Amino acid sequence: MNLMYFTERPYRYVPEDELIKNRAYFGLPNTFFDREKGSQLYNEYLDEMVYAEEVGFDAIMLNEHHGTPFCMGAVMNVEAAILARITKKARIILLGNPLPTFKNPLRVAEELATIDCISHGRLVPGWVRGAGSEQIFNNANPAYNREMFNEAHDLILAAWTRPGPFRWEGKHFHYRFINPWVRPYQKPHPPIMIPGVLSPETVVWCAERRYPYLGLGTALPATAELWNLYGEVAAKQGYEAGSENFGYLQHVVVAETEAKAEELGKAHLFGGGQGAFSRPEHTLPPGYNSKEATKRLARTMTAGSGGFLGVSSEQLGRAQGAGEPENLQRVADSTRRRMARGEVTIEEAKQAIYRAYPKAVAGLQIIAGTPKSVIPKLRTILEVLRPGTLGFFQSQGPVSFEDRMTSIRLLGQEVLPAVREIAKELGLVDPFERQPGQRPYTPGTARTQLVSLEALRA
Amino acid sequence: MADWTEEVTQVAGSNLAIIKGGTGKPILVLHEELGHPGWLNWHAALAREHTLLIPIQPALGKSAKIDWLRNIHDLALWYSWAFREKDWFPIDVIGFSIGGWIAAEMATINARQFRRMVLVAPMGIKPPEGEIMDIFSITARTALSHSVYDHDATPEYAKLYGGERTPEQFEAFEDARTENTRLAWEPILHNPALPHFLEGVTGLPTHIIWGRQDAIVPVSAAEAYRQALRNTEVKVTIFDHCGHRPEIEKSNEFIKLVREFFA
Repeated sequence: MNLMYFTERPYRYVPEDELIKNRAYFGLPNTFFDREKGSQLYNEYLDEMVYAEEVGFDAIMLNEHHGTPFCMGAVMNVEAAILARITKKARIILLGNPLPTFKNPLRVAEELATIDCISHGRLVPGWVRGAGSEQIFNNANPAYNREMFNEAHDLILAAWTRPGPFRWEGKHFHYRFINPWVRPYQKPHPPIMIPGVLSPETVVWCAERRYPYLGLGTALPATAELWNLYGEVAAKQGYEAGSENFGYLQHVVVAETEAKAEELGKAHLFGGGQGAFSRPEHTLPPGYNSKEATKRLARTMTAGSGGFLGVSSEQLGRAQGAGEPENLQRVADSTRRRMARGEVTIEEAKQAIYRAYPKAVAGLQIIAGTPKSVIPKLRTILEVLRPGTLGFFQSQGPVSFEDRMTSIRLLGQEVLPAVREIAKELGLVDPFERQPGQRPYTPGTARTQLVSLEALRA
Repeated sequence: MADWTEEVTQVAGSNLAIIKGGTGKPILVLHEELGHPGWLNWHAALAREHTLLIPIQPALGKSAKIDWLRNIHDLALWYSWAFREKDWFPIDVIGFSIGGWIAAEMATINARQFRRMVLVAPMGIKPPEGEIMDIFSITARTALSHSVYDHDATPEYAKLYGGERTPEQFEAFEDARTENTRLAWEPILHNPALPHFLEGVTGLPTHIIWGRQDAIVPVSAAEAYRQALRNTEVKVTIFDHCGHRPEIEKSNEFIKLVREFFA
């Protein structure tokens, strides 16, 4: 079982009222950034990751977002390069580089190969299309998002594996001389993992390439459904998918007492939480969605719940495959819309946001508690989704460094050993124990059960 | 009872939907970035004396997408090919917003393609003051709302695109926005080479029409267009209390101007 520590590296000093007024994290004016606090936070986050390795996490997961206090990891490869040197054995899992936003993917290939070399082969690159707002921020044409993702992916693999120099004349990228001196430490190239929020196109794409797919805190029933889709595609490709093909990211925060854990858990909803990542017009720039997803979105649109073209986050989640934690999305979205119409005060908006907490806990979107109370909940996740990789998503919001470190310590001391036992009992193996796509599948035979919705009902 | 018909025709290696209405000397109409907004009063008025030919931009509505077109200049070249094949040239042309930009590009390719040209708040040139609104980072609804200065004084605003909030219209808007994002994302809705090429346009009487309160393409660009088209005859009309859609915001005056210009 591959257990990862993850934090968005939030800028924790942003005033919540300003987030609510802006109706999103993305687009908050950067005048709220304080260099001293920024400097302190970057260093604390690196310290957290070193500590996470020390207490027993197998891997450190990083991600990348731009122009938002939600996540300070705008230049993730820089952080990864530092970790390559200051950690010793943990895998550095990048989920992921938003490939379509890079005008020069060859540079990405070089950066990742450098990190792999410095870390002596501990890098696990992962690639994403990038959220809608990343396209706006990076001036990446959203109408070419998937095309550029695919071509950049092919180009990076070619740069790593094909002897140079060679020429590349694609649709979006043109190089006259590909011959990066530094090639990855791992051969033929580092193992790849792809995260997502349940776009079926991405799930199929991963299954075809035997890349493990990691659900980013996505709703359990929809996640299970798409993992079965992965399994079907895998069978068509002639291999049997298993826990090594799947990963899941889960909000988990642990404290010495339930009361403290609840305080930290609620911080996940700070400013509207993930549901307030970006406003609809930034979430969905034109062309970012596939034609099919746009059709689904158009169908789910109904009068009075999102209006003419004011796409609600809830509708967006459904159109993308019911991927988002619906309760959080619904509350955040209706609050945003009512705020925009001047119907609620900031105080009322905050109350509405935090009223969602009990439901988020009941639906396992947030797991917060003492080690004793979180372990059974994690067991449920493992029983339902049977992932080989589990990411522990540290608290968001204005939580102190001390409380964050306590959570890491308790996870390491009490939760990780228990999770490993459960994984062993359930036979969950990770992609480093068993290479994804290596178990042949015989057509006509029964496939291994990938998920267990019975466990969810229980 | 329809005043117009739509047919899909095979032309220039693709399938192009063309809306056609009216009788008389033809006018080529190049629609705006959200698509053909429906048959409005000004269409009906001009159709009494002219045949309106309204090609639906490739990838919108029933027109096929042409993947190898990569920018607005490419589209202008393709339109030149398609309309030459249709034997429409020389023709009077009127272009709205992004359609005005396409018309201007076509004029730089061969000014003889057109008899007379009307550009209504065209995109395509970077305004000397203000910026073209980034319609790609707002919703279609917001862009529509900004396109008219005084909604209450513009009865036809509610009739744009049929005025109904249907899934089909949502999809149609997203198709239009996706295609124009693909073609005009960067530089943002303009072509730095266009004003230079427009210097080469001669013998093409042009009428530039703008609303002084245009929130989508600032009115300062009217003067930039006039300057660029300095080697041909240019007239500029700017309406007060008017936004990006003079054709519905100052409908009567607009119809009169265009009718006289194309007489």
